[in-house]
Amino acid sequence: MAMQEKLEKNIWAMIIVTALVLSVGGIVEIVPLFYLDSTMEHKQHPEILWQRTEGQALADHKAGEGMRPYSALELAGRDVYVREGCYLCHSQMVRPFRDEKERYGHYSLASESMYDHPFQWGSKRTGPDIARLGGKYSDDWHRKHLRAPRSVVPESVMPNYPWLQNNEVDGETMQAHMRGMQRVGVPYTEADIEAAPEVLKGKTEEDAVVAFLQVLGTMVKLDESKVYRE
Amino acid sequence: MDAVAEQKYDLGVVRWFTVMAAVYLLVGAFVGVYIASELAWPVLNFDIPYITFGRLRPLHTNAVIFAFGGCVLMASAFYSVQRTCGVKLWSNKLAWFTFWGWNLIIVSAVITLPLGLTQGKEYAELEWPIDIAIAVVWLSYTINFIMTIAIRKSSHIYVSNWFFLGMMIMITYLHVVNSLAIPVGMFKSYSIFSGVQDAMIQWWWGHNAVGFYLTAGFLGIMYYFVPKQAGRPVYSYRLSVIHFWALMFGYVWLGAHHLQYTALPDWTGSLGAAISLAMIIPSWGGAVNGMMTLSGAWDKLRTDYVLRFLIMSLAFYAMSTFEGPVMSIKTVNALSHYTDWTVGHVHSGALGWVAMVGIGAIYHMMTRVFHVQMWSTSLINAHFWTATIGTVIYIVAMWVSGIMQGLMWRAYDEYGTLAYTFAESVESMHPYYAMRAIGGMVFLSGVALMVINIIMTVIQSSAQGSVQQARTATAAASA
Repeated sequence: MAMQEKLEKNIWAMIIVTALVLSVGGIVEIVPLFYLDSTMEHKQHPEILWQRTEGQALADHKAGEGMRPYSALELAGRDVYVREGCYLCHSQMVRPFRDEKERYGHYSLASESMYDHPFQWGSKRTGPDIARLGGKYSDDWHRKHLRAPRSVVPESVMPNYPWLQNNEVDGETMQAHMRGMQRVGVPYTEADIEAAPEVLKGKTEEDAVVAFLQVLGTMVKLDESKVYRE
Repeated sequence: MDAVAEQKYDLGVVRWFTVMAAVYLLVGAFVGVYIASELAWPVLNFDIPYITFGRLRPLHTNAVIFAFGGCVLMASAFYSVQRTCGVKLWSNKLAWFTFWGWNLIIVSAVITLPLGLTQGKEYAELEWPIDIAIAVVWLSYTINFIMTIAIRKSSHIYVSNWFFLGMMIMITYLHVVNSLAIPVGMFKSYSIFSGVQDAMIQWWWGHNAVGFYLTAGFLGIMYYFVPKQAGRPVYSYRLSVIHFWALMFGYVWLGAHHLQYTALPDWTGSLGAAISLAMIIPSWGGAVNGMMTLSGAWDKLRTDYVLRFLIMSLAFYAMSTFEGPVMSIKTVNALSHYTDWTVGHVHSGALGWVAMVGIGAIYHMMTRVFHVQMWSTSLINAHFWTATIGTVIYIVAMWVSGIMQGLMWRAYDEYGTLAYTFAESVESMHPYYAMRAIGGMVFLSGVALMVINIIMTVIQSSAQGSVQQARTATAAASA
């Protein structure tokens, strides 16, 4: 109580002590995540990462070969996903429960969102989880669903997104976005970035969102017999 | 009319922060009711990009947290720090800078969020130029507050000021770290963190926006306004010391409980959950401290409507700080996570605690900074009941829908296959989504009554020239 008495009379001491007390929890919980090897599964299971060889383009990656950066079109789709606030109703994080496994698939790994700036795990499932949506429906279904969700799922409460098919994706903007991703550590090559405008020519936001949704959960092939996470 | 206070303190900036807080609560709650209705009746999205749920939901959260909550915190901190320190604000000019800066930030949020300009992190959606402005204005608020304490006439720093101070320091940490991003355009940036680290940092921010902005800051309000309105000293000094330090140390850890069973390492989530459970003790200590301040003055609840708001807020505070730790228990979380139960929990805190205690403080300050009685006392009473009933309808709807969702998702039929499709669970939510929207409307109608009451009070004050009188009366008396 003598200490308290002192702090109550000295604002500067109060500020310093409070600032120190406030910093403990964050430091203990956050800092280790950056250096503990057990955080990211690909440290123990390197096959989770795509082993890209010199000269390979992003398009050369085949489903299941491991984590790679999003293609220019997928990244454009992801930008739209973030812009429209999709993460407010759809999670991208399957938990290790029997029902989630049957409904959505293998539980999500930390390494699977290593290129996600920001993460899009979400916190609410007003709609279903989409971490492993890729390949479950046709492109055509997705287009119909995006334009008018209730035309394919009558119970849905999702808004219609008819404007996506009218908006074009801009190649130069996406180059800037890829450079930004590169700066925060996503391994895009110069060739990836240079190729972007050509790849994106004539593509709409709807094309981009569909490409993004179709790649979700397909990059890594997970082995049922392996324990990736304790 | 308190001419002495008008002369002794800087009340101008408090007046307008108080009025704006009420206006923003109306706007924020209106957007909330609208998006709640969109979930019940999706046709309300009208195929207009700017008003779809995904774009308006961040506007709702930003409006109620940062516009309403921020203005209440700024009004009440500037008001109470002067009174508890016995001095004017360190800088009245800087306080006005805070006022205009904060309102400009709110206006820019109202413009950019419907346009889809967002960082994509919950409760931290605003893009980088606005984030920088927030940091600057927030520091102007913090520095003014600290310097006012530094030049105080009283020997001790009063307890409400500890809580405000804790909030200011923590929000500075959180906002700066969580908003670190690389700009790739004027209104587009990418978080420098990714995946699991970004998730942990985001929820460190997310839960502590609740824990500090909406709890510590509003506890500062509680510790000043409850004793003032009740005319009694704080029940226990020792309890407030324990409440303060336990909250400062403990709350910071809770973010991890938002990520249980996710790809966040188990040790982090479990640590967050363990400390979450322990937080019941200081939280209830604080609630008891606030409520027991009324001991010997309970009869005032019969006549004092403002006090009713304050005490009801403490009841909701106690309830949601019990519910929160329960939801952080792993087995409960497995059911409640991703469901409407979380939304209900947030609103029992946001409507029941934050809004009610904030509203109590607004009514308390209104009469003291405009130097007139409230235009209508019966409207305050009507507001109290609509706020309480609206909140109860809201959270009951979300309890039912949340638990039902959680159970439907994990239900199996006799053949061992999933009993329901996801779409069936969505369909079952409809009545509760409608009920939630109605609860929100009831709450909103009370806010509308408050805004009318405040506008009429301000008009009355300006018609009578009561602020001017308060200023000159002192001069006349001292002459």
